[in-house]
Amino acid sequence: MWGRLSLDALPHDMITIGGVVGGGLAILAGIAALKYFKKWRWLWTNWLTSLDPKKIGVMYLVVATVMLLRGLADAGMLRAQQAVFATSDNGPISADLFQQVFSAHGTIMIFFVAMGALFGLLNLIVPLQIGARDVAFPLLNSISFWLFVAGMVLINLSLAVGEFSTAGWLAYPPLSGLQYSPGTGVDYWIWSLQIAGIGSLLSGINFLITIFTMRRPGMSLMKMPIFIWSVIGCLLLVAFAFPILTATLSMLSLDRTIGTHFFTSEMGGNPMMYVNLIWAWGHPEVYILILPAFGIFSEIVPVFSKKRLFGYTSMMLALMAITFLSFTVWLHHFFTMGSGANVNAFFGIMTMVIAIPTGVKVFNWIFTMYRGRVKFATPMLWFMGFVVTFTIGGLTGVLLAVPGIDYQVHNSLFLVAHFHNMIIGGVLFGFFAGVAYWWPKFTGFYLHEGLGKVAFWCWLIGFLVAFLPLYALGLMGAARRLDGYDASLGWQGLFIVAGVGMVIILAGVFFQIVQAGYSIWKRDELRVGSDPWDGRTLEWATSTPIAEYNFATLAPVTYRDDFWEQKHRPELKKPTALIEPIRVPKNTGIGVIVGLLAVVIGFAIIWHIWWLAIIGLVTTIVLIITATLREDTERIVSIDEIMAKEKRLRGTSA
Amino acid sequence: MKKSRQPFFTPWRIAILACLVLIIAGLGTFLLLDGKNIAVLNPRGIVADKEKDLIIFTVLLGSVVVVPVFIMLFAFAWKYREGNTKAAKYTPEADGNRVIEVIWWGIPLIIIGVLSVVTWTSTHDLDPYKALESDKEAVSIQVVALQWKWLFMYPEQGIATVNEVRFPEDTPVNFTITADAPMSAFWIPNLGTQTYAMNGMSSQLSLQAHETGEYRGSNTNINGEGYSEMDFKAISTTRQEFDLWTKAVAGSDKHLDWTTYEQLARPSKDQPVVYYMLHQPKLYDMIRGKYMDMNSASSSKDSSGTMNHEGMH
Repeated sequence: MWGRLSLDALPHDMITIGGVVGGGLAILAGIAALKYFKKWRWLWTNWLTSLDPKKIGVMYLVVATVMLLRGLADAGMLRAQQAVFATSDNGPISADLFQQVFSAHGTIMIFFVAMGALFGLLNLIVPLQIGARDVAFPLLNSISFWLFVAGMVLINLSLAVGEFSTAGWLAYPPLSGLQYSPGTGVDYWIWSLQIAGIGSLLSGINFLITIFTMRRPGMSLMKMPIFIWSVIGCLLLVAFAFPILTATLSMLSLDRTIGTHFFTSEMGGNPMMYVNLIWAWGHPEVYILILPAFGIFSEIVPVFSKKRLFGYTSMMLALMAITFLSFTVWLHHFFTMGSGANVNAFFGIMTMVIAIPTGVKVFNWIFTMYRGRVKFATPMLWFMGFVVTFTIGGLTGVLLAVPGIDYQVHNSLFLVAHFHNMIIGGVLFGFFAGVAYWWPKFTGFYLHEGLGKVAFWCWLIGFLVAFLPLYALGLMGAARRLDGYDASLGWQGLFIVAGVGMVIILAGVFFQIVQAGYSIWKRDELRVGSDPWDGRTLEWATSTPIAEYNFATLAPVTYRDDFWEQKHRPELKKPTALIEPIRVPKNTGIGVIVGLLAVVIGFAIIWHIWWLAIIGLVTTIVLIITATLREDTERIVSIDEIMAKEKRLRGTSA
Repeated sequence: MKKSRQPFFTPWRIAILACLVLIIAGLGTFLLLDGKNIAVLNPRGIVADKEKDLIIFTVLLGSVVVVPVFIMLFAFAWKYREGNTKAAKYTPEADGNRVIEVIWWGIPLIIIGVLSVVTWTSTHDLDPYKALESDKEAVSIQVVALQWKWLFMYPEQGIATVNEVRFPEDTPVNFTITADAPMSAFWIPNLGTQTYAMNGMSSQLSLQAHETGEYRGSNTNINGEGYSEMDFKAISTTRQEFDLWTKAVAGSDKHLDWTTYEQLARPSKDQPVVYYMLHQPKLYDMIRGKYMDMNSASSSKDSSGTMNHEGMH
């Protein structure tokens, strides 16, 4: 009846129990607070069922932030183990738990922090920046978000019921196969990724279509903000790469559940095929994350330098070049698999070629500052920190791209230091910069600058202290993912330094949380208008708070930085457009229900509760077919209503 | 708007600078005191030598871009800071310069071009499948990654060892590497080049130590619970010592055949060093054969035990 599920699935070791109890208490506290403040209905109607991308974006960011804390807690355990307990056998963290923790750390940070923050920012910024009122498929957008949440729920459920994968964030077979991982851990990994991945794919297609079909009249491709170009690159990669992930995970899952032999070692299966496929998705995935960060910096640097972006066309070409090239380099993740010199050299050179457009971007950002008036607000500090860390990471990346060097540092902590260099110094700093930059647009008040700067310096210094020792350790011969090492190797000192770095990073996170809380508390003192940074792009043109329809009128644009030109060239004739009734999508709970069903289906498959999986699948299909047949899906905002609302939001009529 | 001139060295800035100086000083001290401990930069073998040179070359070449980036970043940030309205020009409309842009598409292009040539030649030179050339006769060692220990077999000498591999100095050592475990990786940092060990596959790796010495070898690819305990000793001896040692081990009363192998192959941690007389000379092929199905076995079984991996070459 209940498949593999039994009471044994409950956690046994103290650390996991602690995590489950802590998480459970936090959820209970949240529920109690909602009940006490009578906010259930508010939460349901204003947020959970909303199809407004601005609200979905905020929900993505909230989930990503909570998951960042989970991922950091995992990282803290890894650092504690390697700094303190690794040289003895009696630490609190067993080898098995350690391996679950690093597998969870990588998976959560990529899929539920970086991807969550990415889609959060896309939801918030893309429609506004292209001057649109919504995304192409609002309901699909909500379903994507709830599939993302479903994946997140499953991966965290593995703490309380069962176990998580011990096979690393990419779960290479044969280790992830049935023979070596018979438990539910790998299945949790597969299904949380599978479900969240489908959400990402749907969302990617949705936003691509939004960008291609819903731009403001007059906004030709070459007049789009460069952030939108970066998003196009990112989403093309999503559209082409995520199907590979879905297919690969499906095959691994079939191997594990019905005994096929796609990736097994025997019976004609080939684990090397998995390694190729997973990186054919995995490498573009890295660029899926970094391209929007490039885009964010390309918005921030001109605004804070009060100058046009240097080399728009170069930037666009560089983005498209990176997009294309990112599909030609996957093999550099396994030069040591023995592909032969020609193949290795080819992929090594293709990898280095990516350094050319990336270098061009860095130069163009720096030359945007040249002869500008650079204001070093926190977004700009994140940019400076990004260039420093990203350039170091770029250099170590070129090192790793040379097969002869990779032979010596592959799978060592040098590699770990490199990709954290890119993902923290690149992706995360970019997203932090974006949040600091766009925060006032959505809230109407600044984030506190002083606390933001303290947080930035903690992150930057903490990052250097945490990861420079890992480069050294890698060159000393330390492999990644070690839960123990011999004391005589003399590595412990550097691991302790890295642990101290981790503590400094945690201080940075603490200050970020304090910053958000303090800014909300003191919001009346930090209050700003709709365009606090003297922005250049259309999101700054609308009112703050932003009406649910974003823009009252869709006046055509003429220039690349149309909003800036309108502000600074009074001689220009302002284009106008008629106010017309606006259709906005009505709220619906379909997304929430699909997400819920996805959790049930995923859980049922993981535990082999087949009847439940079938019921869940059938219900989902019926629900979605019914959903497509609905007719009463939109509400019409009348002209009078728009006029009244604009008057209230702007103090003037539109 | 006029602001009263703020001193550059505020307490906050001093604290931040102090931290950065401390990091750099710490790094320097570490390199000075512990530099000899950095295996990859202190090679003891012919392959690792070349790989270290490649690292140094690439870092220097990369610095041609990295150093100007850092200089320009901080110089522009300082010169064009908001407060510096008198000394710095301001051209808000400037949005590009064909010449400058061509230069920095060009410079990285040239650098990567140079590096590509070096990459192509070095990758062929360092191809682990290429046996090192020497006037001395090479030693062949078969390596099997197990959960969680390393088995080394010397088919010519008729011996086998666990978690310790010995070979003569200044002589090419040709490893053929497979696994009877999840994918693992064989790495002796002082000697160079790591290689994956995979079920049913036979990877090749040719290494050569300059002199006698004892080096640490390990597994770098997660293969289960005991992964981090898969260290082994790689000991380079004189030819004479090596010959004496192999003779002594060949006389061992511990025999390695299929039965003892199956016991050994069971997952175990903390495996001590063991010496065996290799009773079953075809053992390596039999281990690989466990993972061969009818389709691929016919095409790949040859006497040397090298897999049709060349298909990928």
